[in-house]
Amino acid sequence: MYFVFISLIIEIIFSGGLFLNKNKILLFLANRFVRFIILLIFVIVLSFILIDMSPIDPIKTYIANKVVSPDQVAALQSYWGVNEPITVKIVNWLGNIVQGNLGNSLIFRAPVIDVILDRFVASLVLMFSSWVISGVLGFVLGIIAGFKRDTFVDKLIKYYCYILQSAPTFWIALIVLMIFSIYLGWFPSGLGVPIGSLSQNVTFFEWLNRLILPAFTLSILGVAQIALYTRDKLIGEMSKDYFLFAKARGETGWSLIKRHGIRNVLLPAITLQFLSFSELFGGAVLVEQVFTYPGIGQAAVSAGLRSDVPLLLGIVIFSAIFVFVGNTLADVIYNFVDPRLREGD
Amino acid sequence: MSENLLDVYNVSISFIQYVKGLNQKNLKVISDLSLSIDEGEIVAVLGSSGSGKSLLAHAILGILPDNALLNGEMYYKGELLNPESKERLRGDDIALIPQSVNFLDPLMKISEQVIGECDSEEEEKELKAKQRKIFEKYNLGEEVDDMYPFQLSGGMARRVLVSTALLSNPKLVIADEPTPGLDEAALEETLNYLRDMANNNVGILLITHDINAALKVADKIAIFYAGYVIEIANIDDFKNNGENLLHPYTKALYHALPDVDFKLTEGHQPLRDEINDYCPYLDHCPHCVDKCDSEIPKLVKHGDKYIRCFKYTE
Ligand SMILES: Nc1ncnc2c1ncn2[C@@H]1O[C@H](COP(=O)(O)OP(=O)(O)OP(=O)(O)O)[C@@H](O)[C@H]1O
Ligand code: SF4
Ligand SMILES: [Mg+2]
Repeated sequence: MYFVFISLIIEIIFSGGLFLNKNKILLFLANRFVRFIILLIFVIVLSFILIDMSPIDPIKTYIANKVVSPDQVAALQSYWGVNEPITVKIVNWLGNIVQGNLGNSLIFRAPVIDVILDRFVASLVLMFSSWVISGVLGFVLGIIAGFKRDTFVDKLIKYYCYILQSAPTFWIALIVLMIFSIYLGWFPSGLGVPIGSLSQNVTFFEWLNRLILPAFTLSILGVAQIALYTRDKLIGEMSKDYFLFAKARGETGWSLIKRHGIRNVLLPAITLQFLSFSELFGGAVLVEQVFTYPGIGQAAVSAGLRSDVPLLLGIVIFSAIFVFVGNTLADVIYNFVDPRLREGD
Repeated sequence: MSENLLDVYNVSISFIQYVKGLNQKNLKVISDLSLSIDEGEIVAVLGSSGSGKSLLAHAILGILPDNALLNGEMYYKGELLNPESKERLRGDDIALIPQSVNFLDPLMKISEQVIGECDSEEEEKELKAKQRKIFEKYNLGEEVDDMYPFQLSGGMARRVLVSTALLSNPKLVIADEPTPGLDEAALEETLNYLRDMANNNVGILLITHDINAALKVADKIAIFYAGYVIEIANIDDFKNNGENLLHPYTKALYHALPDVDFKLTEGHQPLRDEINDYCPYLDHCPHCVDKCDSEIPKLVKHGDKYIRCFKYTE
């Protein structure tokens, strides 16, 4: 099964190499990039307005637990531009971003870019591992369910998916936490390092230990969508003319699925998996919170709760980039890898 | 019961349809179809578009859609065809030449799918060589091997589809509209290949709406009208001004041929559901007898032919 996968992907992509038009892809990507920048500016302005309207006060956060004189407060206020009109604030901030300066995080007391990179790496490991696991597992389950349509196995897989799809993420995460950490005691329940302590001090195994439960939770959640999609897609393909003809030529059972089913379902399934980057990110935020996993999601929640405006805005930018990359990869796969579409205009 | 290569007795195909909620309705596409094919014989089934010709082919191979209902009996070399025997025979003894390029896997290269499933590398090599030879004969160059179906032109696709049947050594070939879209030369060639196969003792069911193609190559022609086979005529009956043709519809069809009279028949074929208990050709028939409007005539033997008309049953 694994081998079929890999060889098929390689075959499809490399045979595509003959057709892939580099200029066309570059043009496509450039177009995408420009649209993304416009979208990003829009998102930033909107977040800025929302934050400005909310009771969040960055100065209060900054001076929390400190003794400061009114003079210092006034100095800080002018530094943050608290009393400037919002347009000036936005322009200032955008100007800083263009120079690569995202400001300093108030709660971590470190440059936002450092906090985000550190946290993002942790989150990427979590998201990527569960993305791969849920993708492969979901695809395999979907193929089995479609192949064994209406049997007990199919129903089992289907109901599993329905339940997972309708259950709230944090609820599943809590159940996993209860079973594996509290009841079975396999993993410690307070997994994270305290906010502000250095993650370099954590050994690889401690870190792996922290990763397993959240990754497991995100994986079993991510399986549902891809499995149901793969199942329906396969059943659809199985009634198509080319499937009938393969049958008419004496192919049967699993070999039909292997030769024709997987081949035709794989690309759409991978595309869907890339499109699910935003849900993956949303799931990670919740799961990181439940398991106190020190990733970007957890940082986002802390930043929001504790009025860390620079960090919050930095995270908005990075998550937008993350989702953009997923969607763009999905589009590239959809438009350029499928031999039927890549030759079109 | 005579034993031919293929015997089809009283086959009907209908679809279960749901009209207005849960009310079921049977939509009958093929009614009471009987025909037989002997070794080395080409039998053409001639019917208009949408008359259920492809469904007949799919019924013989056991690849009807789930919502189709099949009645009647079919025998291959005297053996009753049921889902199990169909599964065993198809691809080996019985081959299909499908109607369109949609019957090829859109993501598989041509050569790979023409060769089909192989059990061993030797078998694959052997079949690959054979496929190359057949493609050569059909004027399909090496570059076609690595193409995907969407890259084929109409004529190329047709030739690829015919090659799939030549690759195995079937005893019975069901060719579903193998000729449309071919130019005169390619058409001639395709029909010659069918003739060649028949000369090698292969029985062929040629499904077509092109009466000229049928006349060029077939031994017998079964004529479809409104889901019924109304006559199974010999090819020679279409000579001598068609005087040996029996059914009034067949005669009208003959006189509509461009190089005969080009006399077009009027009116449309009745929808299948409109026919209940009268001859399907009643509305257009110049020779009605008493029974015609109260009973459906049966397909009966008349000399060495078959006819569904009360004029010939007395
Ligand atoms: N799955 C289905 N459900 C319901 N009706 C169907 C289904 N498949 C086919 N039919 C009906 O059966 C009729 C006959 O279809 P079929 O493809 O056999 O016609 P055909 O004679 O091969 O026509 P053509 O010349 O266009 O190939 C169609 O008109 C359609 O109404
Ligand atoms: S059965 Fe009657 S109506 Fe039908 S074709 Fe024969 S003569 Fe005409
Ligand atoms: Mg057809």
